[in-house]
Amino acid sequence: MLTETFRALRPTVVLLLLVTIVTGLLYPAAITGIAQVALPVQANGSLLSDVHGQPIGSALIAQNFTGPTYFHPRPSAAGKDGYDASSSAATNLAPGSKDLRDAIAKRVSSARAEGMTGDLPADLVTTSASGLDPDLSPEAALLQAPRVAKARGLAVGKVTALIDAQTEAPLLGIIGERHVNVLLLNRQLDASAQ
Amino acid sequence: MTFAGWSMILLFIVLIVALAKPAGAWMHALYARETLPLGFVERGFYKLAGIDPKAEQSWVGYAVSLMVFNLGGIALLFAILKLQGVLPMNPQGFGGMETLLAFNTAVSFVTNTNWQNYGGESSLSNLSQMAGLTVQNFLSAAVGIAVAFAFIRGFARKQASGIGNFWVDVTRATLYLLLPISIVLALVYVVMGVPQTFGPSVVATTIEGAKQTIAVGPVASQLAIKMLGTNGGGFFNANSAHPFENPTALSNFLQMITIFVLGAGLTLTFGKAVGNVRQGWAILAAMLLLFIAGVAVAYGAEAAGNPIHHALGVAGGNMEGKEVRFGIAATALFAVVTTATSCGAVIGMHDSFTAIGGLVPLFNMQLGELVIGGVGSGLYAVLIYCILAVFIAGLMVGRTPEYVGKKIESREMKLAVIAIAIPPLAILGLTAVACITGAGLAGPAAKGAHGFSEILYAFTSGAANNGSAFGGLSGNTPFYNLLLALDMFVGRFGVILPVLAISGGLAAKRRVPEGAGSFPTTGLLWIGLLAAIIVIVGGLTFLPSLALGPIADQAQVAAGTVL
Repeated sequence: MLTETFRALRPTVVLLLLVTIVTGLLYPAAITGIAQVALPVQANGSLLSDVHGQPIGSALIAQNFTGPTYFHPRPSAAGKDGYDASSSAATNLAPGSKDLRDAIAKRVSSARAEGMTGDLPADLVTTSASGLDPDLSPEAALLQAPRVAKARGLAVGKVTALIDAQTEAPLLGIIGERHVNVLLLNRQLDASAQ
Repeated sequence: MTFAGWSMILLFIVLIVALAKPAGAWMHALYARETLPLGFVERGFYKLAGIDPKAEQSWVGYAVSLMVFNLGGIALLFAILKLQGVLPMNPQGFGGMETLLAFNTAVSFVTNTNWQNYGGESSLSNLSQMAGLTVQNFLSAAVGIAVAFAFIRGFARKQASGIGNFWVDVTRATLYLLLPISIVLALVYVVMGVPQTFGPSVVATTIEGAKQTIAVGPVASQLAIKMLGTNGGGFFNANSAHPFENPTALSNFLQMITIFVLGAGLTLTFGKAVGNVRQGWAILAAMLLLFIAGVAVAYGAEAAGNPIHHALGVAGGNMEGKEVRFGIAATALFAVVTTATSCGAVIGMHDSFTAIGGLVPLFNMQLGELVIGGVGSGLYAVLIYCILAVFIAGLMVGRTPEYVGKKIESREMKLAVIAIAIPPLAILGLTAVACITGAGLAGPAAKGAHGFSEILYAFTSGAANNGSAFGGLSGNTPFYNLLLALDMFVGRFGVILPVLAISGGLAAKRRVPEGAGSFPTTGLLWIGLLAAIIVIVGGLTFLPSLALGPIADQAQVAAGTVL
C-alpha cells in the first residue's frame, strides 16, 4: 500500500495543477471573455441606468419601494434592512414558528389598513427565498393598484392595464408562473407620467 | 396542485428519459476507453503527470490513488481559502477564511457535498470561487463517475485482476464530459441573464434614492458545473433562488434537467457495459417510481399550504422562502430533484417548507440519494441495493443469488451491508451527539420538533453529500464545522471504499450464464422489488427519527400551535 501511495503522489500534484489551470482559470476566463464581448448586458448583471447613465439597480434584483406612488415588492430578509443585494438571505423560519406567524399577521393587518380585502395572495405577505425576488404575482400587484392610482391621481383602470401589459406568462403555458417585475412596472409608471 | 404544474413535471420526466440514452452512450465511450476526438489533450495530461494510461489497477491501487488524490484536493482547497486575502482576483478585498470554516468547506467541496457555512458573495474572492471551488466541482463529480465506472467493470469483466485506471477515468470524465457540456451551459445561462464578470460589486442608487450594493461575479461558469456535477454549492448565499443564479423559469428548468441527466444516463451505461441495456432501464424505472412518489407528496404538501397562515387570511400554497417566478410546483419539484441526487442546490428554503414538504427531501437523502443520485454516486449506491435485492430474492427462493451474471456471495454481502450501514451510523450517531451537547443544541433556530429536524437534516445532508440545509441551523461554529466535516468524509469514503472492494472481488469472478433458475432483474417484478427494498430499508432505519422531527412538527402545525 505504501508503494501505491508514493506512486500516486506525482499524478495527484500534476493533475490538481493542470485541472486547476484548465477548469479553474482558463474555463471561467474564456466564458467571461465571450460573455463580456457578446452579451455585455447580461454578463454585468442586467443593470438599468437613469438618464445620466448612473445605475439605478438591476432588472433581475428587487429593490425597496416604500412610497405610495410605487408598487411595493415582496418583504425581504436579505441583509439587516432587507433588499441587500450583497447579502442574499431568507428567514428560514419554520412552518410552526411564532415569529413567522406574527410577521405575517403584521403584514396582513397593514394590508387591511390599506383597504385590501379577502384572502391575500401568499407572495404579498411572505418573504422570498433570496430576499431579492424581483416579482409579484399579478394578484398581489392588482391589490396595490388602487393605492398607486390614488397617489398618482390616475384612473385605476390605467394602472391595472399597465400591470396586464407587464405580466409575463409561463413558457408553453406550463414552465413558470405568471409574474410582474416590480422595478420594471414602476419604471413604466414613471415613464407614462412624463 | 394544478394541471399546468403536473404537465411541467411530466415534461421534465419525458425529457430525462429521452436524454438518458445519448448521455449513457457517450459515457459508455469514456468508460470503454474508446478513442476520443482531441485525444492529444488527454495524452498530454498523462505524459506530464507520469501516468501510464494502459496500466490496470487492482481495487486497492485504485482506492489508494483515489484517497491520495482527494486528500491532496482537500489540502489545496484549504490553502486557497486560507490565503485568499493575499492572493489575486479579490475585488472586494475579503480576508482569509477562518481555519475551521476553511477546513469544513474544503472537505465539503471535495466530497461533492457543498455544504456551505458561509455566504459566498460576502466572504469569497473570485479566485476562491473559481480556482478553488469550481475546480472541485469538476473533480468531485469526476471522482464519482470514476467510482461508478470501476464498479461497472466489476460486473462487466470476467476473471480480471484490475478494475481500470483511476487517473484515466478522472481525466476523461473531466475533459471529455463535464468541461465541454459546462462551456455550452455557461454561455446559455449568460444569455438567460446570469452574470459573468471579474468586476467588483455595482453600487446603484435606487429610484427612491437608497444605495444598493449589487454583488456580481463569474457566476455562470460556476453555475453550469454546480448543476451538471450535482455539487450544488451556490455562488450566492441564496443559491439558485438568487435571481442572478437562476433568472427565469426556463433557466430553472434547464438546471433541473442538468442535475439529472448524467445520473440517469449512467444507468444505461451500466446496462450497455453488462451486455443488456434493459438492466439499465430497469434501474432507471425503479428510480423514477420513487421519484414520482416523492414529487407527489412534496408538491401536494406545499400546494396545500400552512393552516396557521390560512387562519390569518392568507390564500393558497406555502410561499414563505419561495420565489414568484418559479412558483410552488417547480420549487417542490426542484427540492425533490436536488435531494434525489447529491446536488443540494435550492430554489426555495427547505426549512420553511411545510413539515411534510420538508420530510420528502430529508427522506430522499436518507435513502442514500439513489433516485438518479449524484453523478456516479447514485449508480454505485443503487447497485449496492441491487445486490441486496437479489440476495433477499435468493433467500426467498433458496438459490445462490446472482446479478448480471455474477454470483453474489458472502464477501459481497458483508461489504454491501457495510456500505449501506455507514451513512445511517454517521447520521443518527452524530445527530444524537448534537442533541446531548450544549454546542449541538445551540445550533437550531427553531424550537421543538422542528429544531430537531434542523439538526437531523444537517447530518443527513452531510453524510449523503448533499449540501442543502434547513438553513435556520447556525452551522458556522467549531462544533458543527468539525462534526459535519467528519460526517461528509465518512459518508463519502465510507461508501466508496466498500464499493471498490466489492468491485475488485466481482471482477475476479467468472460470469455465469443466465439460467432458468436465475431471478430476472429486468421485469416489472424486479423493478417493484428493488423500489420496495430501498424504501423498506430506509424506512426501518429512519422512521423513528422522522417521527421525532417532521411528523411531530406536522402534528403541531395541524393543531395550530406556534412555538
